[in-house]
Order: sequence, then structure tokens, then C-alpha cells
Amino acid sequence: MSNRMQNILIPIIAVLLGIIVGTILMIVTGYDAVAGFIALWNGAFGDVYFLGETIRQIIPYILAGLAVAFAFKTGLFNIGVEGQLIVGWLAAVWVGVAFELPKIIHLPLAVLAAALAGAFWAFIPGFLKAQYRVHEVIVTIMLNYTALHITNYIIRTKLSEGSDSSDPIAETASLRSPLLESLTDYSRMHWGIVIAIIAVIIMWFILEKTTRGFELKAVGLNQHASNYAGMNVKKNIILSMVISGVFAGLAGAMEGLGTFGYAAVKSGFTGVGFDGIAVALLGANSPIGIVLAAILFGSLKVGALNMPLEAGVPNELVDIIIALIVFFVASSYMIRLLIRKINKKGVK
Amino acid sequence: MVEYVIEMLNIRKEFPGIVANNNITLQVKPGEIHALLGENGAGKSTLMNVLFGLYQPEKGEIKVRGNSEKITNPNVANELGIGMVHQHFMLVDKFTVTENIILGKEITSKGKIDLKEAEKVVSDISHKYGLSVDPKAKIADISVGMQQRVEILKTLYRGADILIFDEPTAVLTPQEIAELIQIMGKLIKEGKSIILITHKLKEIMEVCDRVTVIRKGEGIGTLNVSETNPDELASLMVGREVTFTTEKTEAKPEEASLEIQSLTVKDSRNITVVDNLNLTVRKGEIVGIAGVDGNGQTELVEAIAGLRKVENGSILLNNKEITKLTTRKVTESGIGHIPQDRHKHGLVLDFTIGENMVLQTYYQQPYSKSGMMNKKAIYEKATRLIEEYDVRTPSEYTPARALSGGNQQKAIIGREVDRNPDLLIASQPTRGLDVGAIEFIHRKLIDQRDQGKAVLLVSFEMDEIMNVSDRIAVIFEGKIIAMVDPKETSEQELGLLMAGSTKKKAGDGNV
Repeated sequence: MSNRMQNILIPIIAVLLGIIVGTILMIVTGYDAVAGFIALWNGAFGDVYFLGETIRQIIPYILAGLAVAFAFKTGLFNIGVEGQLIVGWLAAVWVGVAFELPKIIHLPLAVLAAALAGAFWAFIPGFLKAQYRVHEVIVTIMLNYTALHITNYIIRTKLSEGSDSSDPIAETASLRSPLLESLTDYSRMHWGIVIAIIAVIIMWFILEKTTRGFELKAVGLNQHASNYAGMNVKKNIILSMVISGVFAGLAGAMEGLGTFGYAAVKSGFTGVGFDGIAVALLGANSPIGIVLAAILFGSLKVGALNMPLEAGVPNELVDIIIALIVFFVASSYMIRLLIRKINKKGVK
Repeated sequence: MVEYVIEMLNIRKEFPGIVANNNITLQVKPGEIHALLGENGAGKSTLMNVLFGLYQPEKGEIKVRGNSEKITNPNVANELGIGMVHQHFMLVDKFTVTENIILGKEITSKGKIDLKEAEKVVSDISHKYGLSVDPKAKIADISVGMQQRVEILKTLYRGADILIFDEPTAVLTPQEIAELIQIMGKLIKEGKSIILITHKLKEIMEVCDRVTVIRKGEGIGTLNVSETNPDELASLMVGREVTFTTEKTEAKPEEASLEIQSLTVKDSRNITVVDNLNLTVRKGEIVGIAGVDGNGQTELVEAIAGLRKVENGSILLNNKEITKLTTRKVTESGIGHIPQDRHKHGLVLDFTIGENMVLQTYYQQPYSKSGMMNKKAIYEKATRLIEEYDVRTPSEYTPARALSGGNQQKAIIGREVDRNPDLLIASQPTRGLDVGAIEFIHRKLIDQRDQGKAVLLVSFEMDEIMNVSDRIAVIFEGKIIAMVDPKETSEQELGLLMAGSTKKKAGDGNV
């Protein structure tokens, strides 16, 4: 079997396995598995409203996945996408409420602010890694918490007077689209999908077409040889983190300017940044793979909301089933082995 | 008693796009050392991996002690008493010798590892074969030669009586090689059989009974070592006549190209390893740096190439100061560098051959146009260099990882020489390569010299230094302690100098 074929087959088998084990679990615990999965499907694609919501959820997943994958391609593990997303969200909303500008300036400015904020938040671990060899995983984990609490503080003290959320952003900074909303039966689908698709193209373009991308990949694959070839390894490590942070910050802008239109005090992480790691892994760090993986994750996330309502499956069980699918997807090595075994038998 | 312990009959092994082994037959008699000779990439390792159960052959039969066997994985090979001493050791650095040896086949009592008993067993085997390994030593603390013995012990502990040695001498010092040859003798005396994978003819002549030659995946034949000679073996292996001494005309050196004055460099532990060193390489000559590993050669080269900070002194290239330049500026100012470790420093193994060919020049015209990669220009260059430097690869889009060592090295040399540098630094350029590739690389170095370029050759191989250099600079403890003419010196004299026995010319500014 060709490699390409396997790469397509593995995620499909993974999802099937997740569904099978999920089915067993639902039957054992006394729920109607068929109804459960129909509810999951309907919840994601059942009508235009759900479809719109699913797409809305896919948008930040794509961007978070790109952020993780970009760092990965250059040899860095950016666990801090979550934190970069949160600061991007805040920065976008801040610009969104603080200025009164025509839309053509205001919206790009807000998006740009999010990108820069994410970039700055990722610059810190990049700089520490390049200059002092501090491992980026540790720094980014810490910075996730720092981002969470600093943004909460700013929302309480600067963006509101002690309240739990900021004012709504100005219409001129919003990504919301009456057109997309009306098309999807008033879901929260917004123009961010365009930004996400452009980002996918940009990532592919940087890595595959540009001289800079060549250098970033070289450094990611072999720092020593890159150094010997005269590349500036430190600069590339920082740059890689910064670009990764831009994608993460944009993911935050999607939430701040699109889905919610405000920034609220959070008691915990959004989870989108962490799911981005799974999206990138499942998508094998390739731009097109990330889009497909984001579609899967987005559909599961949104579709699952419908399972308790339509099939009476409790929330906790839904979470477990989702986790199972993710588990099987992540354990692609196991499936690869399985395919090989089956293949061998087929030959004999 | 069977006539052959191992018989591999008409083995064929294919990989996508390439036939690695075609109709190869290898028959090993009990109690002999049987050499498997071939160039890099000829298919030696593939054949042995078939025997060891790592690959399944498409065609052919394997008999062990006269019985036809299907070796589906290394465990089956182990059970059949076949053991492999890998070229790249598979040891856990932080474990002791004993722990490494018993790994996967532990001696236990009541569910716990009985380390005392294990150490005794290891010590007994070690004693029996004269390996003298300390069972309690940590792998990280013992020499490469000792680590290799641990690998040998691993196979003996698992009851192997047919041992495959994969290029065992590549990593050893001359002293360690002599000891290994003794150990092999002892193994044979105790009734083991040995297959020795190698491309070093000297070793075959010295220790082997019979030799099977393969070339480009084809079995060429099996000879008795007593009835052949190195010249015949070399031509069988390469497929044409091979010269051992590199033919070259007298050097016609011109003015100085590289001038190093009072250079002092520290290593990563902050110890001074290049100490007030002076050296001049003129245009049109090859200067060989002879010395025992660890006398500052690596750091000297890194300092010239702009990879290591210079503490003191100056480096001039064509009268221009390059001491404090970045690696890129040094490269641009006209230095080509064939690094010692081609996997770590010379190539990005997961990049294609084409991408590796522009590793230093990717940002220049025509490979980059306004920030975009010009793939067409890159791969055109790659195709040309593959042709010119005889890099054997399925295509220019093949990852560098998939090539044999010799072809990887040819690719690096093609890349460096093609940039037309004024000074070419070659560090251990032929390490681990076979005679055909060595000859080719030496030829290229001499060509550079004949075109009026300066060449600095660093090598631990005495033959190479003697054959290729026009002048030999002996380095000892970070200083050039002597400058000798290869025509007027001998290996003995050079060996003594390398050991630091004389310092008569130390500090001489004219070297």
C-alpha cells in the first residue's frame, strides 16, 4: 500500500475505531448508541444552523493547529498557543472597544493587534530558547497561566469597571456577518473563515515557496548543519516562534471579534490552544491536513452539544466518546501496525 | 559436521526503485572468518539485514547448519545462534555493562533482577574470550573499543555462535583494532564463526580465511584469501583497476592564501585547545594536518570557518582579515568546508539532495529570487552536480538520508567545490568510505590544488596524509610542532612527531 493511501486511511480507521468503542460504551451504560451518533451527526451537520456553528468552531481550530504545526516544522514545541490566543483575543477586543474608526481601518487594526500580541507572547519563549537555551515547553506552559491571569486583570480593571466582561466591540471592528448569519439560520458563523483559509495558504506558501521557509525548515531539521551552512539559528528559532504566535493570536481574534464580540474574565483555559496540538498532530503538520483535522475536531465539539438534548446521553459520556476518537487518532502508530499485519496476511 | 554453518543462496532483495541484492550467494564454513567485501552501497548491509531477519528476501534460500530456515525477525536469528555486532552501537549510556548485556534477557530471581548473578555470568564470558570488560562500569565511562566489546558480549550472552561484525574497525584506533583482531582469533578458537563486513582490504588480508565480493548488488564471487591479493580484491570490488597511491604532479605553490597567526581558541569546556598556533597554506598546495584526535584539529577548523570564537590571534584569507566574521561571511569570502561529521554538520538528512546542494547558497541568485525559492534552478544545479561528482542516487529529489555514506560525501564535496572557494578545508573527508570513493575524493582535492586553490586537509589516517599532502603540519596539543615534507618522512617519524616526541620547530613563525 502506498504511503499516501495509508495517510488517508489511518485517520478514517481511527475515527471508526473511536465510534466502535464509543458504541460499546454507550450500550454497556444503557444508552441508545445509534441515536447517540445520529444526534452527534445532526448536531454538527443536521441543518444549516448547526453547520454554521460547526464552521465557526473550525475557524479557531485551523489557526491554533497552524500555530502548533508551524513551530513544529521548525523543531519547536509551542504548548503556549493557548496563552498566545488569550492575549490575542484581549488585544483584538481592546482595539475593538477603544477606537472609533471606519471599518476598513478598524477591523484590520484589531486583527493586527491580535497577531502582534500573540507574536509578542511567543517571542518571549523564542528569545529565551535562542539566547539562554531555556526549554520552550516549560516557558510556554508558564506563560499560559500568566496570560490567563493578566488578561483577567486587564478586563476587570481596564476594559470594565470591576465587571466580568468588557463592553461589546464596535460594529466597525466586528467580523460578524449578517449575510453568513442569515444564510445559516442565525448561527454565529463569521468572516473569520476567510482569514483562516488565507492563513492556511500563507503557511503553505512560507514553508514551501520562500527562502525564509527553507531556512526555517533547515534549522528545524538539523540545527548543527544549518549553523555550519552559515544560517543564524538563534534568529530562526525566534522567528519561528513569532510566526507561530501570529497564528495563535489570530485564533484569539476570531473569538474576540467574531464569535463573542467581547472579552470575558475566564476561570480556565479555552482549550482551543491545546486542541490545536491534537489538530496539528492529526493533520501531520501539513496545511491541508490541518484543515481536515480542524473540521473533524470542530464537528465533534459542536455536534456533541446535541447528544444530551436529542439522545439523552449525558455530557460526561459525550466527553469520553470524543476523547476516545481523539485517542485512536493520536495512536496512529498502532493503526499503522494493524494495517501492516493485515497487508502481510493478504499477501500470503 | 555440516559443510557450511550459513548458506544464503541466490538472495534477491528489492526496494522501491532499486535492487539492493541480486542473486547473491554467501556460504560460511564453520570456524572461519569470512569477509563480505563491497563498496559503500553495494548491498552488504542489506544482505546481512536479510540474514538477521530485519528484511525479508524476495527470492532465495537461507540455510543455517544445513537446515532451511525462514528468518522473519531478529529474535528468530538470535534463536538460531546468529548475533550481530552493529557498527553504530545500541547501548544505553547510563546503564552498566552488565545491565546493557542482559537487557531483554534478564536473569531474575523472585521477579527481581539478580544483578550479582548476571555480573558473574558476564564476567565469565568476558574472561573466556579474553575481552576483559569490567561488568560494573557505566557505558558512558568506557572507551569506544570497550563499548564494542560490550556489543560482542551481548551476542555471546544470547548464545550466538555465528557473529556478524558490521564494519567493526571504522570507529577504532589502531591499538584497538589490533586487540579486536586478537579477540576474533579467540572467538574462532572457541568454535565460533565470523562474518566480517568491511571494505578495508588490509584487514581482510590479515584476519580472514575467505572473502565474498559483492558489487552494485551483484554477487561477484568467493575467494580464498591466501590465493588473492589486495589489488585483485580492489578491482573486483570496484569493477576496474584501482591505484592505491594517488598520482599527482609536483605542487606549484604561489603566494599565501590562508595565514594564521598566534591563533588561540578554547573548546566548549573553556579549555585552551588551539594555543598560539601559526600556519600558512599557499595557493596551489595541499597542507595536511597530522595529529592524534583531540589535539585541537576540530577547533582549529571551526575557528577558520567562523564557527568558533577566536580568543586571540588572527586569520587572514588572501590578505583579508576573516577572524571575527560570521560563518556566512566566511563562506562568502571564499572558504569551502567539508565537515568531519557529514550527518551532523554536512547535510540536512531529511532534505532532498537538491535542497542540500544549496544549503549555503539558497539565498543567492538564481536559487532565490526576491525571497522566493527557485526550485528549477536548484534542481538543475543538483542534476549537474550529481552527474559531475558521480553521486549515485535514484534522483535529485531523494532525501539525503537514503544515500550511502560515500555518495553523501560526494554530494558534499560537489557542493563545496562547485562554489569555487579559494580555500577548501577537508576534515576527515574519506572516513568510512571505500577505496573507490576515497580515490575519487583525493582526485578532487588534487584537482583543486592544480587549479591554484589552497587546500587544508585534516585527517587521522596516516596513509591519506602521506599520499595527498604537499606539506604536512604536525599538530600536538594545539600547536604546529613540525612541518615535514611527505617525500622525506616516514610513517614512523610522523607517528613519533604526532606523539609529541620532538618540539624542535615549535613556535617557529615560518611554518
